[in-house]
Amino acid sequence: MSAAEKEKVNVDSKLSTNKYFVDEKNAHIILKSEGLDMAEFHKLELACPAGLYKMDANGGIKFDYAGCLECGTCRILCGTTILKKWEFPRGTFGVEYRFG
Amino acid sequence: MTEESFDFDAIIVGGGIAGTVAAYLLAKEGLEVVLIERGNYPGSKNMTGGRIYSHSLERIIPNFASDAPVERKITREKVFMMTEDSSVGLDFYSGRLGKQGRNSYSVLRSLFDQWLGEKAESAGANIITGICVDSLIVKDGRVCGVVAGEDEILARVVILADGVNSLLAQKIGLRTEFKPRHMGVGVKELIELPRSVIEDRFQCEGNEGTACMFAGSPSDGRVGGGFLYTNQESISLGVVSTMNDLVKGQKSLPQMMEDFKNHPAVAPLIKGGKLIEYSGHMVPEGGFDMMPEIIGNGVLVVGDGAGFCINLGYAIRGMDFAVASAECAAKSVIAASKSGDFSEASLQSYKKYMEECFVLRDMKQYRKFPHFLEDTPRMFSVYPNMAIDIMSDMFVMDGQPAKPLMKKMITHVKKIGFWNLAKDGWKGMKSI
Repeated sequence: MSAAEKEKVNVDSKLSTNKYFVDEKNAHIILKSEGLDMAEFHKLELACPAGLYKMDANGGIKFDYAGCLECGTCRILCGTTILKKWEFPRGTFGVEYRFG
Repeated sequence: MTEESFDFDAIIVGGGIAGTVAAYLLAKEGLEVVLIERGNYPGSKNMTGGRIYSHSLERIIPNFASDAPVERKITREKVFMMTEDSSVGLDFYSGRLGKQGRNSYSVLRSLFDQWLGEKAESAGANIITGICVDSLIVKDGRVCGVVAGEDEILARVVILADGVNSLLAQKIGLRTEFKPRHMGVGVKELIELPRSVIEDRFQCEGNEGTACMFAGSPSDGRVGGGFLYTNQESISLGVVSTMNDLVKGQKSLPQMMEDFKNHPAVAPLIKGGKLIEYSGHMVPEGGFDMMPEIIGNGVLVVGDGAGFCINLGYAIRGMDFAVASAECAAKSVIAASKSGDFSEASLQSYKKYMEECFVLRDMKQYRKFPHFLEDTPRMFSVYPNMAIDIMSDMFVMDGQPAKPLMKKMITHVKKIGFWNLAKDGWKGMKSI
């Protein structure tokens, strides 16, 4: 398969196999609301294993904490630049590995 | 603070391997222990590639694999170099890999850690789940408990087994943030397949299994690699990439995973399989030079949070370090509870115990290896390409008049340069 033929990954459908208890009332990761450094955001587009940091064709950004795997990669890469908050979800909430 | 005000001898934060083993050992010695886990059960937040090298747990719970939910005993090791469309590898099968006490098992952590939690509980440890510890209580410069929501729990000592992110170790200033160059990020798909299919595809019988490592195209030619472990009725397939290098590339980690899965040498291994879980985790792979302070007044850090992990490319070790660091911490706490002295000076024995066993010795032994990988990107792009080119010259017959093999090989080596090859070889050998 050549590079051009490669299928674009659909991470959301993969995440849908996981068990989550989403804390609807409390986002455990929050991006800064303005003046986002897009070079920093791009790092997370590449590195987030859950593909939660997305950009659409018009350059608009999208982030949803609901599919988070709680790995901490975004905190290590951008904790001091574009993240306003990174905490663990409250007790009992978040991803729950059935196999791990 | 009076002795009577303590609720427990020890609080352990985090129900992974290090936390549950520490709880087990302390409870067995008769200490009043509570382990606090933020998930709904020990293991619920944990994942591994993964396999556990058994030696350290074997010493604590002899013959644990006869009772624990291990997946397969790994008796076949494969290492591959990979390009976009090709793969060349080494296949090592040996009964020596399967000898009890020096073998390894593929595991699924959600199941394995629950078992360890049960062992700790039956030894007398208390386990509280679904509670996230917010902060530590520090009085007169000494850690003496934890805060979780409205509750405060006091103890003579706190063991932080809260994982690679260890926010608590940072909050009390034991640890600064780990650096992207010291961290890998991994992603794994768990792919369900019938037992008989796995045994046929991987030539394994009974409870035996295979581990495979892949260098080259899985991490898009950047620092990292692919892995595959056979479980009883599933395959753990994944990619790890070093963070500071990953963000310089073009391909996202999830896309690397997808392309690895579709690689013509990998796709047939998982054909017909069903994705049943998708997980991710950070790997503290910087080695000795990233190790933070792990001892404070009334507090110890164990496992991933202390950076105890070694990635040698062909073997990745973390869980055996988690077990051994928990054992060393437990010994130190037991000694401290006999003397009644939980000061930083007293708890220094934790380090002494780790220097006496493999933990700190191995961390020091392999100190240079992470730098070698970082400084030698050829390992992940140029060398896999060279290996595939040489193999193609050997095995492809195109009807053209043959050239001597030596001449063919030299053509490929020249592309890299003899000097570079010699230098990388020498540096690599020295660092390992």
